[in-house]
Amino acid sequence: MSGKVVLHYFIGRGKMESIRWLLTVAGVEFEEKFFSTKEEFQKLVESGDLLFHQVPLIEMDGMKMVQTKAILNYIAGKYNLYGKDLKERLMIDTYAEGARDIMDLIMGVPFTPPEKKQSTLNNLETKAKVRSLPAYEKALSSSQYLVGNQLSCADVSLFEVALMLEELFPTILSTFPNIQAFQKRMKAIPAINKFLQPGSQRQPPPGEAYVKTVMDVLSHLFK
Amino acid sequence: MGLLFRNPWRCKTHLTSDSGCSVPADSSLLLTCALVMLGLFLTIQTNFIPAKGGDLLFHQVPLIEMDGMKMVQTKAILNYIAGKYNLYGKDLKERLMIDTYAEGARDIMDLIMGVPFTPPEKKQSTLNNLETKAKVRSLPAYEKALSSSQYLVGNQLSCADVSLFEVALMLEELFPTILSTFPNIQAFQKRMKAIPAINKFLQPGSQRQPPPGEAYVKTVMDVLSHLFK
Repeated sequence: MSGKVVLHYFIGRGKMESIRWLLTVAGVEFEEKFFSTKEEFQKLVESGDLLFHQVPLIEMDGMKMVQTKAILNYIAGKYNLYGKDLKERLMIDTYAEGARDIMDLIMGVPFTPPEKKQSTLNNLETKAKVRSLPAYEKALSSSQYLVGNQLSCADVSLFEVALMLEELFPTILSTFPNIQAFQKRMKAIPAINKFLQPGSQRQPPPGEAYVKTVMDVLSHLFK
Repeated sequence: MGLLFRNPWRCKTHLTSDSGCSVPADSSLLLTCALVMLGLFLTIQTNFIPAKGGDLLFHQVPLIEMDGMKMVQTKAILNYIAGKYNLYGKDLKERLMIDTYAEGARDIMDLIMGVPFTPPEKKQSTLNNLETKAKVRSLPAYEKALSSSQYLVGNQLSCADVSLFEVALMLEELFPTILSTFPNIQAFQKRMKAIPAINKFLQPGSQRQPPPGEAYVKTVMDVLSHLFK
């Protein structure tokens, strides 16, 4: 059933990073085909592989998959990271969606006009500390995992977003001891530990080069 | 079993900012369709009542009380309903395709939801970009999928079909001739409208909400003023 798993994306995190994380935790190796020019992206569009003319695109199990959440749900379902029944899936989706709300906001920060950047960051920090992290803190007060008694894609989403938040706001987890303990447990998982080492396929936080490339390649979205 | 929607409006009240963060989609049509099809009784709360301590996991609506649970996060709720009422395909691969088409539709719905909250000087360009995206990058995918099939995925109705139906209605409200170059989608809309529950929901007096007007925008901006700084 398997062939190679190939990811098509910019050189950078963006929406593909969650997929990289989930594949890593699932123990699935992947290759990457990066693009960095409009011409390369246009070729991909013209190939017909991009159903909605958007990336991420991942080749897996003989299919060309698009739409980040569809891809993440598929990987979770295939590799037993989606709970044991519909009710657990509901809770997993709930926590995963909450984490992705925050990730979406974080992803938008580098593209925010300079005059709005500080207020954007302030609102993001408030949202995370007041309306988001407390829910996870509470869920972890009586359990090792967010849902049920095994690792799920919700745990991976929380782990990823907590790392991203700490990059922006280094002390943000200081009032969330359960999440801190959770992060420690997750980092001890061998696949995660390896992914956090230099030289792995993990992408660095978005820098100027990344922002410029995205705005060039997707200029039609930045009018 | 009773069902209480603590959001009297069509749209989820989570907002867009100039940085282009997306507005997560809600679909009262989808939820109600699924439930009306099963003859469940609905009660609509007409005032926004702040939920009692802790009901709103992330301090956001939608909130739906169902099966003894208080559920938040639109997509989690939609996936649960789809899973429970057999609108999610027959296996993992069908679910992948359903999710793919549903997410594509929700991308468009998110943009549409943001339009009433766009500053006046940006509204026209926002609408132009939305129309282009729909006509060039979104609707063609659905047109193609429906060229060889009655349903978007597999051989039965799924939540992807409901998402397409809803977004196509919303697009026509904004751009009345937008479906004119998509005959398969037009035929699909006609078939969907013939489903009794949907037909009934489209009649005046149903629980369907109207498009967002000034009163709606003002209320959302008041109630969620902390998001509009």
